[in-house]
Amino acid sequence: MIQVQNLIKVFGTKVAVDDISFSVEKGEVLGFLGPNGAGKSTTMRMVTGYFRPTSGSVSLCGIDMLENPEAAKQRLGYLPENAPLYSDMTVASFLGFCAEMRGLHGAARNKAIDRVLEMCFLDNVRNQSVDTLSKGYRHRTCFAQSIIHDPDVLILDEPTDGLDPNQKHEVRSMIKRMGKDKAIIFSTHILEEVEAACSRAIIIDRGKVVADGTPESLKKLVPGAHSLDEVFRSITKPDTAPAKAA
Amino acid sequence: MSNRDIQNTMAVFKREFLAYFNSPVFYVIVVIFLLAAMGFPFLFSRILESDDVNLTERFFVWHPWIYTVLAPAVGMRLWSEEHRLGTIELLLTMPVSPWHAILGKFFAAAAVWLAGLVLTFPIVWTVCYLGEPDMGPIISGYIASYLYALSCLSLTCAVSAITRSQVVCFISSVFVCLVIALIGDPGFTQLIVSSVPGWAEWLVHVVSYFSFMDHFYELTKGIFVTHDVLYFVSVIIVTLIFTHEVLRAKRA
Repeated sequence: MIQVQNLIKVFGTKVAVDDISFSVEKGEVLGFLGPNGAGKSTTMRMVTGYFRPTSGSVSLCGIDMLENPEAAKQRLGYLPENAPLYSDMTVASFLGFCAEMRGLHGAARNKAIDRVLEMCFLDNVRNQSVDTLSKGYRHRTCFAQSIIHDPDVLILDEPTDGLDPNQKHEVRSMIKRMGKDKAIIFSTHILEEVEAACSRAIIIDRGKVVADGTPESLKKLVPGAHSLDEVFRSITKPDTAPAKAA
Repeated sequence: MSNRDIQNTMAVFKREFLAYFNSPVFYVIVVIFLLAAMGFPFLFSRILESDDVNLTERFFVWHPWIYTVLAPAVGMRLWSEEHRLGTIELLLTMPVSPWHAILGKFFAAAAVWLAGLVLTFPIVWTVCYLGEPDMGPIISGYIASYLYALSCLSLTCAVSAITRSQVVCFISSVFVCLVIALIGDPGFTQLIVSSVPGWAEWLVHVVSYFSFMDHFYELTKGIFVTHDVLYFVSVIIVTLIFTHEVLRAKRA
């Protein structure tokens, strides 16, 4: 459902994403791993059509993002990093706005709002201003926005960042539940999360895909490694390491 | 324009318009605008002492200067706030064209300004009570005033697409609006002409031709001149296209 081919993104002289290709099928949950600054968010922003790739192509459900962005975006739900929200709105009015932007109006709009409020446990803050919400609620509100139109493709940039362990667990099981009939990509720093929720994982380092496979097969990549943590550390380079001469 | 275009633009418009009413900035600006727009004619232009019910010279003449400061205050949040909150990433990954967002936001600010301008009705009522004014110049004065405000707003809109700081946006927009107002002022033009070498004089006149002021005065005189209206409309269109290009360049 998600087809990414030879994606390259260059900012000035810096190559942020260097020839990345992958695909995600319906029913798959793809974990996006990599050190900070590896190009995870940049890749996701290109897949969602926010950034224009320097070259390469993205298609969602067979619709090309560059040729037909509005139709492709209709199939997509997106939770950006840090869960941005309009601070002057209430939870319900924010979700209403997002529903209208997705083409849901009238009764369909209200039904969609009720559905996601219940799914994301937001019923009791329905009429509260977004400004006064705690971090967990803010995150869930933005998450609710991404599934309001029941999209086929879901892209989540660090959906569990800054949540407490209970909330993390809740979000993870939600992702797993929805992964059955959607194609989902989510990025994370927490490696147990990958084992808990993903059917497949990609590790990105310095703009390139360095590993792609099921969590189990990734563990076998490095001989003697017992956890994904060790695999991650041995195949990605820390920021502090001197750059290898090309 | 399809149905979907209108619905999307309306959704953005509604959100932005309500956002103004949810923030104290709006009320502060409208109160200051009304104090200035209604106060200046009485305090400085002595509208009551003159034996004349013509509003052009005493009421509308102040508007460009008021807008220079207040229109950027209304428009500064349009895109800067989106950049600061990060919501621009949400907005531009929705299945809408950037034009829906740009127009929805611009119309919301324009509607806010219309509300402010309508609230100056007591002055019209006053001159009607005191005498029998010619309604033609009053109507065209209001149109001129509104077009001037919209031009300042669309300029601010373009500046706010560049920066994520509302303060930077406000100060730069006031500066741009001020320069555009000043270059049309005959006294100011004369001052510049006297300080530049003779060969550059034509340049000063060419630049001053681009000021809003001449077009504004022509319109307030009560003669509805198509080319002056077209001038303001084209300023608005050009600045909105500029906004679109800035937003695109930011994502490229």
